[in-house]
Amino acid sequence: MSEANISLRNVVKHYTRGKQTVEVLHSLNLDIAKGQFVALMGPSGSGKTTLLNLIGGLDQPTAGEVMVGGERIDKLSSGKLANWRARHVGFVFQFYNLMPMLNAERNVELPLLLTNLSSAQRKKNVAAALAVVGLADRARHKPSELSGGQAQRVAIARALVADPSLLVCDEPTGDLDRSTADEILGLLQTLNRQHGKTIVMVTHDPKAAEFASRQLHMDKGQLIESGRLNGDAR
Amino acid sequence: MKYFPLIWAGLWRKKARTIFTLLSIVVAFLLFGMLQGVNAAFNNTVETANVNRLTVVSKINFTESLPYSYLTQIEAVPGVSAVAWFSWFGTYYQDPKNFVFSFPGDPARLFDMYPEYKVPKEQLEAFGRTRTGAVIGVDLATKYGWKIGDQVPLHSTIWTKPDGSSDWNFEIVGIYDVPSDPSQANQFFFNHTYFDEARSFGKGKVGWYVVRVKDPAQSAVVAEAIDKLFANSPDETKTQTEKEFQQSFLKQLGDINFIVTSILGAVFFSLLFATGSTMMQSVRERIPELAVLKTLGFSNGGVLALMLSEAVLLCLIAAALGLAIAALIFPSLKSFIGVATLSASVLVTGAVVALLLALITGLPPALRAQRLNIVDALAGR
Repeated sequence: MSEANISLRNVVKHYTRGKQTVEVLHSLNLDIAKGQFVALMGPSGSGKTTLLNLIGGLDQPTAGEVMVGGERIDKLSSGKLANWRARHVGFVFQFYNLMPMLNAERNVELPLLLTNLSSAQRKKNVAAALAVVGLADRARHKPSELSGGQAQRVAIARALVADPSLLVCDEPTGDLDRSTADEILGLLQTLNRQHGKTIVMVTHDPKAAEFASRQLHMDKGQLIESGRLNGDAR
Repeated sequence: MKYFPLIWAGLWRKKARTIFTLLSIVVAFLLFGMLQGVNAAFNNTVETANVNRLTVVSKINFTESLPYSYLTQIEAVPGVSAVAWFSWFGTYYQDPKNFVFSFPGDPARLFDMYPEYKVPKEQLEAFGRTRTGAVIGVDLATKYGWKIGDQVPLHSTIWTKPDGSSDWNFEIVGIYDVPSDPSQANQFFFNHTYFDEARSFGKGKVGWYVVRVKDPAQSAVVAEAIDKLFANSPDETKTQTEKEFQQSFLKQLGDINFIVTSILGAVFFSLLFATGSTMMQSVRERIPELAVLKTLGFSNGGVLALMLSEAVLLCLIAAALGLAIAALIFPSLKSFIGVATLSASVLVTGAVVALLLALITGLPPALRAQRLNIVDALAGR
């Protein structure tokens, strides 16, 4: 296995809801190599999205280490973590989460607003990202004028445009029909194979998981891989 | 600038709501512009009052007349260099809404007392020799299209003639201008002799005296000497500087500053709630979108700045529109307040108020956006 790009050690995550504290992840260990396409599966409430949020730097563990690209992101302040996400991670959500008032190119441009690129350079990069997802001709359309598949492609273009090394996808095909879902998964597979993006994808769909190069299963806050249940997936 | 499209799009996310909020702020700033404009005009009248002129009015009330015989006694007071007199005539032209500020006075003394009022010498001479002659401000002439030689009838709401008529006829013999204070070029001066002879009551009396002192530093001493002269008489006097007189005259209308401040205070207080709740609602509706911005790498401070910028943009645009409309409407008040343009201080104050409004109404929702937890917001919690 190539050098681990993502490494979680003894990660514990608690949530407090009212007076109750719920332990979502129990001393979890995980290594994901650079360039892997990992499908994270499991029943609702198993901790998939929590794990994804930790890998993507959206949340921080209660205990343990989260290292991505050689950087301890669990130690970063909120501001530094935001900056890290902007430089290293692209996000794709189930319901696309595009800004409804912005057209496709303005949505895709959003991550680039945080860079020092000129307006012309941003425009060029946006056009390139939309071309990669096959939506160059839909640049001026607003999300409401796009189909579900097209909206998700715009979301993928937005995730790609700043050229992050890691794509974090939370049920990216959960809102799409089979055929459109396969197109989106094919696109993710291309990004993984041809552009070398490391992808971590949460899905309930076994067919979607087949597009990944590695499948992980979660249950009750623990990882299971290839039938193993030991909390480790290295 | 690169964030402007995002801010602008966020502002117009709910067009109807933004338009209604914008309109309510526009109306508030229109009101602000008009009321503060009037207030500033009145304050300007007080501030530009001459320092070497005193006004002598009845101690009871400035609407009470004083005997004409006081003239020579006032002239004899040490420190007095000139005296003129005026009366309030209270007239309109053709329609009660066409109010005309008209004053009978002595032609020779009147323009000598106010050297800032510029009138050609030959017109001044014509004024002296024409019994029904009138010299009018250039603005009044422009407003009604009056020119020299015109016969102008005015209706007095106070003064009647022995035949019971309240209509007075005048001949325009001169037109004056006041380059140093154009707001004064809207008055109508006519010959006191004509007024005194033709009126059915109050003969031998004048409204007030205007006294020029030799040394402005001695104004208080001269004023005291004049009032002492008529103490314990049936017509006691109250002598004030021109500035004090203007202030007390305005107080007769009411405490303009207090009225304006109270009205605007109430308007902006209501606006705070209306705009504040709209902005709070706007942030509530956009929680998932704001969470996405944070997910993409926008910092907490960045999201706060975006939200605050929307509020500032909305308030500044609305204030600019409201003040622009006020500036357009304001000249129509010229005949009432003598000022045709909204002062720059009103516009600057308006901009500051708009910024404050934006900060007060925009900060709570912006802080909420700043504190947003990404995971909770994305999960819809």
